[in-house]
Amino acid sequence: MSVALTDRQWIWLAAGFYLAGFLLGTLSVLRGGRPSGLAVYGLILGGFVLQNIGLGLRGHAVGGCPLGNTFEMFQFTAWASIILYLVVGVAFRSSLLGHLTAALAAVLTLVSLSIPAWDATRRAHIFGGNPWIEFHAALALFSYGVFGLLALTSLLSLLRLHSLKSKHTGGWFAFLPSVLDLDLIGVRLLTTGVVLLAASLTVGSVYWLRDTASVSLPKLLITVLIWAAYAGALTLRLRGRLLAKRFAWTCVALFVAALLSLGPVNASRHPVAVATRPLASP
Amino acid sequence: MSESSLFVLGATHHKAPIEVREKLALSAEDVAALQVEFAALAGLEEYAVLSTCNRTEFYGVATDATTVSRIQAAFCARRQFAAEEFAKVRLELRGPEALQHLFEVAVGLDSQLVGETEIFGQMKTAYAEAQSRRTAGPVLNRVFQKTFQAAKHARSTTAITVGQVSIANVAVELALNIFGHLGEARILLLGAGDIGEKTARAFQSRGAASLTVASRRLERAMDLATQLGASALPFEFREARLAEFDVVVCATGATEPVVTLPGTAAAIQKRPARPLFLIDLALPRNVAAGTAALQNVFLYNLDDLSKIAEENRLAREAEIGRCRTLLTERAGVLWRQIAPQLQGRPGASDASGAPARLASRP
Repeated sequence: MSVALTDRQWIWLAAGFYLAGFLLGTLSVLRGGRPSGLAVYGLILGGFVLQNIGLGLRGHAVGGCPLGNTFEMFQFTAWASIILYLVVGVAFRSSLLGHLTAALAAVLTLVSLSIPAWDATRRAHIFGGNPWIEFHAALALFSYGVFGLLALTSLLSLLRLHSLKSKHTGGWFAFLPSVLDLDLIGVRLLTTGVVLLAASLTVGSVYWLRDTASVSLPKLLITVLIWAAYAGALTLRLRGRLLAKRFAWTCVALFVAALLSLGPVNASRHPVAVATRPLASP
Repeated sequence: MSESSLFVLGATHHKAPIEVREKLALSAEDVAALQVEFAALAGLEEYAVLSTCNRTEFYGVATDATTVSRIQAAFCARRQFAAEEFAKVRLELRGPEALQHLFEVAVGLDSQLVGETEIFGQMKTAYAEAQSRRTAGPVLNRVFQKTFQAAKHARSTTAITVGQVSIANVAVELALNIFGHLGEARILLLGAGDIGEKTARAFQSRGAASLTVASRRLERAMDLATQLGASALPFEFREARLAEFDVVVCATGATEPVVTLPGTAAAIQKRPARPLFLIDLALPRNVAAGTAALQNVFLYNLDDLSKIAEENRLAREAEIGRCRTLLTERAGVLWRQIAPQLQGRPGASDASGAPARLASRP
C-alpha cells in the first residue's frame, strides 16, 4: 500500500519537525541543561528534507519555482532561513540559534498553512516562462531568508546585551554567543542580504526598463524601499552610527516590515490568478 | 580463583583539615618510593594515586582483605603520620561505593567548589601516571575510561559546571561573554594589589595576551608588569589612553573614581563598535557609576561579581541531585560489567601458595 501525500501534507510534516526542534530546545533550556544542539539540528534537517519534498512537488506541478502566492512566499522564506542555518549554524558555539531558527521556520510554515486563503489561488505563468525573472524572484526571497536569520541573531544580540546590562548572566543566558560574535555575524548577514536583494533588483530592473507596465508601482516602491532601508542600516552600521541595541532592533523591525510587505507585493502582481489544489506525490 | 575488590583509600577535605591534608599530600618522589613498597605487597593487583590540595586517594584492586590495611600502613609510614590519627580522617570504600565515589570525584561533585573542572584533569594525570608506571591493569583501565566518559556526559547534560564561582573567574567569564575570546583583547589593570593581580592572572590563564599595568606608584606598576610579562603605563595617562583597551580592571585604593564618566564617554566615542568592559573591584568604587548607562559599556563592581558567583554556586548545588542520579545509573551499569571480571580474576594465591603481587617495574 503506498501513501501518497500532498505537497501541503509534506509541508505540515516539515512544520511538525520544526516545531519539535523548537520544543526540544525549550525543554532542554527549562530543565536547566545545555540546549541539545545535535538533536535540534537533526530535527531541523529532517524538517528541511520534508519541506523540500513538499516544495519540490509544488514546483514540479507548476513548472517552476513555487512563488505564486503568499503561502509559497512564506514557505520559500522559511526554506531560505533554514538552509542558511544549516550551513552557518554549525559554526555557532551554542545551539540557541538553531532553537530560534526552528521557531521562526515553525511560525512561518504553520501560519502560512493555517490561512487557506493564502494558498487558494496562485498566479499562473508569473515569470512568463523567463528564467531570469524566476531567478530575480528567487534571489529576492532568498535575501528575505537571510534577513530572517539576521532578525534571529539580532534577537539573540538583544538578549545578550540585556543579560549583560541587567547583570543576569546565569541560566540559559550562559548559552548565548558573545556580543562581538553576534555583531560580526549580524554585519555579515546584513551585507549578504543587501547584496542578494540588490542583485535581484538589478535583474528585475532590466526587464522593467524594457516594459515598465509589467511591474506595478506599489510592488516596485515597496521592494526598493525595503532594499534601501536595509542598505541604509548597513551603511550606518559600518560608519559606527547604528550600533548594539539600536542596530539589533532595526534589523528585527526591518524583517517584520519585509514580511508584512510580502502580501501587498504579491497582491500587486498582474498575471491572472488560478485556483490551486493540493498536489500529491506520485 | 577468588574474589577481588575495587577499593578507595584516602583522606579528603570533608574530614581532613588543611593542616592534615598538607601532611598527607604525596610528591612524585613519595609515589615512586611507595611503588617499590607496593610491589612487594601481597594482594595488590592494580592501583592509581590521586594527590591534590583537597585529597590524597588510592584507587586499586586488591585480592586480599588485609591489603588495604597494609597500604594504609605503608602510606602513613611514608608520610610519618600516626595511623590512629589517619583513622580519624580516613575514607575507605569498597565495591560499587568506591566506583560511585570515583565518578563523583571526576565530575567535581566531591570537590570543595562543587562542579570545578580542575579535578578532571588531575584525575586524568593520575591515571596517565598509573599507566606509565604500569600499575593500572584491565580493571582500572576500564574503570577510569568509563569514569571520564561519565564525567563528560554529566557535564554536558547537567548544569553542574556552568558558571564560575570565584570573583576573578566570573570577571573572565563575563569578558568572554562580551568578546568571545581573549586572544585579541587588550587588558588594563589599574592598581598593583593582590586582587588586581589575581584577576590579571585569571585573564592571562584564559588567553589574554595584551596586559598593561598602571598604578599610582609607577615603580609598583613596573614590578608587577615584570612579574606578569606585561607593560606599565603612568597612572595619569589612564583616561587619555582608555580607548586603547577592551577590559579595564580597577583595583586601586583611591577614594575618588579613577575612571570618570567624561573620560569613558570620550573613549567609547573613539571606538563605538567595540565594547568596553569595566571591572571595579575596589572599595570605595573606582569607576563612576554613570558609565554603566553608556552604550557598549559594561560595568560590574565587586557586589555584582559576588552575586553572580553566589548564584552560580547555588545553581550548581541545585544540580547535585540530578547529576548524582545520572552517575549512579552509569556506575551501576559499569559495576555489573566489572563485577564478573573481579570475581573471575586469579586468586590471592598462585599454584605455589605465594600471594599474588604487582611486579616491581621501575
